Amino acid sequence: MPILDADVRKQIESHFVRHPTKQAVVLPALHLVQQRLGHVPVEAVAEIAEILELSPAQVQDTLSFYGFFKQDKPVGKYRVWVCRSISCDARGSEELLQRLIERLGLQPGETTADGLVTLETAECLGACDYAPAILVNDILHEDMTVEKLDALMDTWK
Amino acid sequence: MSYQPVLLANIHKKDSHALAVYQAGGGYRALRQVLKEMSPKDVVELVKSSGLRGRGGAGFPTGMKWSFLPENHPGPIYFCVNADESEPGTFVNRVQMERDPHQVLEGIIISCYATRASTAYIYLRYEYPLCLRRMQSAIEECYAAGLLGKNILGSPFSLDVHIHRGAAAYVCGEETGLIESIEGRRAWPRIKPPFPAVEGLFRKPTVVNNIETMACVTQIAERGAAWFRSIGTPPEPNNPRDPGSFGPKLFGLSGHVNRPGCYEAPLGITLRQLVEEFGGGVWKGRRAKAAVLGGLSTGVVTAGEFDTPMDFSGPLRAGCLGLGTGCVVVFDETYSMVDFLHNSCRFFAHESCGQCTPCREGTHWALQMLNRIQAGRGRLKDLELLLEIGDSIGIMPGTTICGLADGAAWPIKTAVRKFRDEFEEYVARTNPEGYLDTTPVPGMGTPQSLYSIA
Ligand SMILES: Cc1cc2nc3c(=O)[nH]c(=O)nc-3n(C[C@H](O)[C@H](O)[C@H](O)COP(=O)(O)O)c2cc1C
Ligand code: SF4
Ligand code: FES
Repeated sequence: MPILDADVRKQIESHFVRHPTKQAVVLPALHLVQQRLGHVPVEAVAEIAEILELSPAQVQDTLSFYGFFKQDKPVGKYRVWVCRSISCDARGSEELLQRLIERLGLQPGETTADGLVTLETAECLGACDYAPAILVNDILHEDMTVEKLDALMDTWK
Repeated sequence: MSYQPVLLANIHKKDSHALAVYQAGGGYRALRQVLKEMSPKDVVELVKSSGLRGRGGAGFPTGMKWSFLPENHPGPIYFCVNADESEPGTFVNRVQMERDPHQVLEGIIISCYATRASTAYIYLRYEYPLCLRRMQSAIEECYAAGLLGKNILGSPFSLDVHIHRGAAAYVCGEETGLIESIEGRRAWPRIKPPFPAVEGLFRKPTVVNNIETMACVTQIAERGAAWFRSIGTPPEPNNPRDPGSFGPKLFGLSGHVNRPGCYEAPLGITLRQLVEEFGGGVWKGRRAKAAVLGGLSTGVVTAGEFDTPMDFSGPLRAGCLGLGTGCVVVFDETYSMVDFLHNSCRFFAHESCGQCTPCREGTHWALQMLNRIQAGRGRLKDLELLLEIGDSIGIMPGTTICGLADGAAWPIKTAVRKFRDEFEEYVARTNPEGYLDTTPVPGMGTPQSLYSIA
């Protein structure tokens, strides 16, 4: 049984018209798979390689460069990125990170045992005007405080 | 202030991102006129005469960059729009794409016409999901309205625009790292020459320009080169290599200010005016101690240097790398410059792509020293070693492929030199027994996490 279903394959192939080479579809393909499966297991790397007429090593080489893609196991339902760059640091991001570590019992990069939350540190999220900022999946949470964070965490179910 | 914003003129309108709103305010009028009345060469000349310099960090003259493309090339020619915006402290491209995507797109279409590019890729950092939605729907609106695709507005000119999402790696913002990334490989910057204009994306002639540069092109096409040159700072008379700093600029303000945000002002406004008039001064009634003046890479200025003009040459006189992105981060008197430098060194060690030994080893070594200083085992000698690293990595000393290493060096050089007393006091206070030690220190080992992510 292939790990990528027909729908993902079709979506990957829909990118072909945008580029003169199939290799240029590696990043879009990795994003599609990461989004669908929560990670990009080695089996998926092999299948992406086949679709793009590359060797699995070429796909793996690209994947390994970008911190965004996970390989060993899927990310949680909520992937939480805590910005720790200068503007957020100056306005209290360390406190937010410590609170998350404490309440989730996780270190950055880890996922809760029930698969609900993955904690990540981020470099500048480009939201310094709203520092300290955290990104949860694709929602930006602005001007965070420990109180706002606690309320937000209570909604993660 | 009497200055009227143009780049941000639309953003407070309701549904400012919609095509109908943009067109009601005169949007795409400039494109129509360009396609009807000007040849591609005319547009290149127009942009050249405006004096526009790229807003992505290096300030390279845009018209000149375009004219490096080979003439009569059979094509395809590619246009890459740099929307990677990952420089710490920087967020103005995000505001533009979220609030006024069509102003950016109009500039892209005009620029592609000028350079005869047939495909444009917008390289968008992953962490901008709202930008993705807004840019995507703006592109779809343009296709539906005949502003993109085959024979734009009935002219012979055709153009496709695609968004390409990044994956959380700073070095993808470097123009050849960006090109490698679009091609589907690790974002290892290329050795130059050949420059992208000759051999870039898919080995074809390529232009890479920043999002804000695109919005400036729209305004130049709409208002003319003379208007653009009437704003900003003229060339320094006794510096023949200064082409001047013309036009409006977006400035980001964050850190310890009362009103963080994205503001528009003429190039040449002083840092103090930005912080006081736009930012409402330093928060909590405190005084400023320092500021990053154009993104982390440019280094820091002291509170005594706040009269620095924010144009392409002012920051150089203040001992910084350059204007960078024009995004300012203010630090108040309670903030520790040791913490600042630790944060900076951690960032660059994490983001070095590892191709060049001086950058890969230098950034990690600097981080190890900062870790040691923070752990109360710093020595005065470490400050000399830090400066030695700062002075020896980067394109300027000529030891690396790309400018990431220069960005790592400038915070070190400026923070340690300008705040020497604070660093000395810190090591003497936290390491009273050992701060004079000069014997070599065994390596502290490299945390695994530093190598797991590019
Ligand atoms: C490490 C590094 C990161 C960069 N990141 C960006 C970026 O995020 N956005 C950008 O426009 N330029 C960035 N640049 C500058 C680009 O290489 C390039 O000069 C710029 O996109 C050209 O656009 P412009 O001429 O319109 O300024 C970066 C450069 C370096 C060395
Ligand atoms: S300077 Fe650093 S980031 Fe740039 S190519 Fe060399 S190792 Fe990579
Ligand atoms: S420093 Fe956190 S968003 Fe920029």
